[in-house]
Amino acid sequence: MKPDAARRRPGVGSGRPTEPAWGRRLLISLALSVLIVLVVIPVASVFGYAFSKGWDHYWNTLLRDPDTRHAMWLTLVVAPTSVLLNVVFGIAAAWALTRFEFRGRTLLTTFLDLPFAVSPVVAGLMFVLLFGATGVFGPQLQSWGVTIIFSTPGLILATTFVTLPFVARELIPVMQAIGPEEELAAITLGANGWQMFRRITLPNIKWGLLYGVILCNARAMGEYGAVYVVSGHISGQTDTLPLRVEKLLQEFDTAGSFAVASVLTFLALVTLIVKSFLEARTARDLEEAPADDAGLPPDDIEAPAASSEPASTSAAAITAAGI
Amino acid sequence: MFRSRALIAFLLGLLSSGVLLSGCTANGSLEEGTIELLNVSYDPTRELWKDINAVFTQRYREETGVPLKITQSHAASGSQARAIVDGLAADVATLSLWPDTDALRKNGLVQEGWEERLPNRSLPYTSTVVFLVRKGNPKGIQDWADLAKEGTVVVTPSPKTSGNGRMTFLAAWGSVVLNGGSETEAQEFVRRVYKNVAVLDTGARGSTATFAIKGIGDVLSTMESEAYLTLQETPGQFEIVYPSLSFLHEPPVAVVDSVVERKGTRAHAEKYLQFLYTREGQEIIAKHFFRPIDPEVAAAHREQFPELRLFPVTEVAADWNDAQQKFFADGGIFDQLYQPEARTAAR
Repeated sequence: MKPDAARRRPGVGSGRPTEPAWGRRLLISLALSVLIVLVVIPVASVFGYAFSKGWDHYWNTLLRDPDTRHAMWLTLVVAPTSVLLNVVFGIAAAWALTRFEFRGRTLLTTFLDLPFAVSPVVAGLMFVLLFGATGVFGPQLQSWGVTIIFSTPGLILATTFVTLPFVARELIPVMQAIGPEEELAAITLGANGWQMFRRITLPNIKWGLLYGVILCNARAMGEYGAVYVVSGHISGQTDTLPLRVEKLLQEFDTAGSFAVASVLTFLALVTLIVKSFLEARTARDLEEAPADDAGLPPDDIEAPAASSEPASTSAAAITAAGI
Repeated sequence: MFRSRALIAFLLGLLSSGVLLSGCTANGSLEEGTIELLNVSYDPTRELWKDINAVFTQRYREETGVPLKITQSHAASGSQARAIVDGLAADVATLSLWPDTDALRKNGLVQEGWEERLPNRSLPYTSTVVFLVRKGNPKGIQDWADLAKEGTVVVTPSPKTSGNGRMTFLAAWGSVVLNGGSETEAQEFVRRVYKNVAVLDTGARGSTATFAIKGIGDVLSTMESEAYLTLQETPGQFEIVYPSLSFLHEPPVAVVDSVVERKGTRAHAEKYLQFLYTREGQEIIAKHFFRPIDPEVAAAHREQFPELRLFPVTEVAADWNDAQQKFFADGGIFDQLYQPEARTAAR
C-alpha cells in the first residue's frame, strides 16, 4: 500500500454523484447483502447457537465450568500483559524510529512488521524451538527450573510477538507528524527526560496510543494459532478463551462452545464501539483545529500502517492539529 | 479533555491487574500438599480420562490420604509426543500409537523396556475401526468391499496426520491381503476406497463433524469409541456397522521417567496407570466404549463389543515403524495411491 494513498484525508470527494439513482441503489443493496451474509448473519448465529440450549445452559457453561472460568481468567492475564509489553516496546520503537537518524533504521522498520508477515503457527513453533526442552535455551532454563513453553510465560511470549507491530505502527505516523520541535523546546527550557515525555510526548500521542492498545488487545484476546502451538492443551491450565472454544466444540458441546465464543464476540463488539468513539473523538478535534495546521505531515520513512489506515491517518492529523 | 495522567494510571492499572492475576494463578486454590499429575493423551479419550481421573483421585485419597489433581492434555497423538519431547511435563503418556510412545524412549524420556512394566504389554484397553452409516443403512454398507463401490461417499481422516486415518487405511489394506489378496490387488482396492473419500480431515473429530454435523458422506470410517459417542450425541440418526475384519488398535500407556524423576511423582503416576487394570478402571473403560482387556469385564459387555476378526499391525508390516515407512511416509504407498486432483476429476 502506498503511504500517500493511506494518508489522504477521507471525505474529500469530487462533488455530486453522477450515477443514476437505480445504479446507486443497486450498489448499496449489493454492499449491504454482502455485509449481511459475511458479517451480520455469522455474528448473530454465534449468539443464536450460544443460547440454543437456553439461558441456564449458557450461564452454567460460562460460570460453573472450572475449565472455562480458568480460560477467561487466563485470557485476562495474557492479553493485558502482552498489551503492556507492547506499549512499552511500541513507544520505544516509535521513538527510536522517528526521533533519531541511524544506520539500519529502515531495516528496523521492516523487522517491526515481521510478526505480521510470519504465520502465527510458525511464530509459535519458533518459540518451541527456542525455549522447548530440546531447544536452544531449553536445557539451560530447565536446569534452573524455569518453564516457558507449555505454561503462561510461553502464552504471553507468543501473544506479544504476534501483536508486536500494533502499538508501534500506530505511533510512528503520529510521532512523525508531530515532529521533535516541542520536545526540543521542552529540553531547552530545562525539562528532564521524564518531564518531557509526560508533559509533551504522551499528551501528543495519547489517541494514537490508545487506538493501538485497543487493536492490540483485540488481537491478543483472539489469538489462536501461535498460542495453540505453545499451550500444550492442558485443560484448566493453558487454555485461553479461543482454545477453549475449540475444545468445547470437539467435546460435542456446541452450545457451550458458542457461549464462550459469544464472550469473545461481545468483547470484539465492545472494542468496535470504543474504536468508533475514539474515531469520533479525533474527528471532532479535527474540526475544532485551525485548518492550516492539519495539513499533511512531511514523511521521509515509509510507514505502512497495516490494518487501520483511516484511523491512524486521522489520529495523525488530529494530533498534529490539536497541539 | 483526556489527561495523560489518566492514561498513565490506566496503563499502570493494566500492569497491576496482569501481575495480580498471574500472582493468583501461581497460588491457585489447591489444597496444601496436592500432587499434580499431567496426563498427555490423544484426541478421542477426553471423556474417558475425565471419568477415570475423577474416580481415581477419590480412591487414591481414600487409600493413601494424598490429594491429587490430574490435568489432561489432548491433541493429535504424534504432535503430543513431539510436545513431550519439547518439554511438556507429562507424568504419564497415554498416546494412540506405539511409535509415538517409543519416540519418547528414543529421546531418552522413557526407559528401555517400558512396554514390559505394565501388564499386557502396557495396553490397558484396545479398540478397533468400525463404520458409522446413516439410519437404515441406505447404501447397504456391510464390509470393506462396499467402501470401494462406485457411488459410495466415504469420510475418514487423513492417514498422513491422523492415527485414526492410518488405522482405517491399514484395515482396508488388511481386508485384501489377509483374505488371500496380493499387494497389487490391495493397492488397487485401497486406491478405489480413497477415490470415494469426499473429505479428508486432519483428525478424527474433524471427520466426525463432517459426517454427523455437516451431513457429508454415506459412511464414516472411525474408531469404535468415536462411533458410539456419536450415536450417543445424535440419537436415532446413525447406526454402527461392523465389518468382517478390522484393525486392532493398541494404545499403550507409559510413565514418563524423566518427568516423574524431576517432579518426584513416580509412585503416584505408577499407581495411576495401575488403576486402569483394576476392575473399576476396566469398567470405566468399557463404559466409554473402549474394549477392556480383563476377560470378565469384557464378557459382561459382550453385546457392546461384537467379536470380529481383529488383526494387529504386525500382520501387515514388520512393526509400526515399518508400516509408517512403507505406507505413510512421503512418497509411500498412500502418496502413490491418493491423488486429490485425480479424485476431483473423477467425481
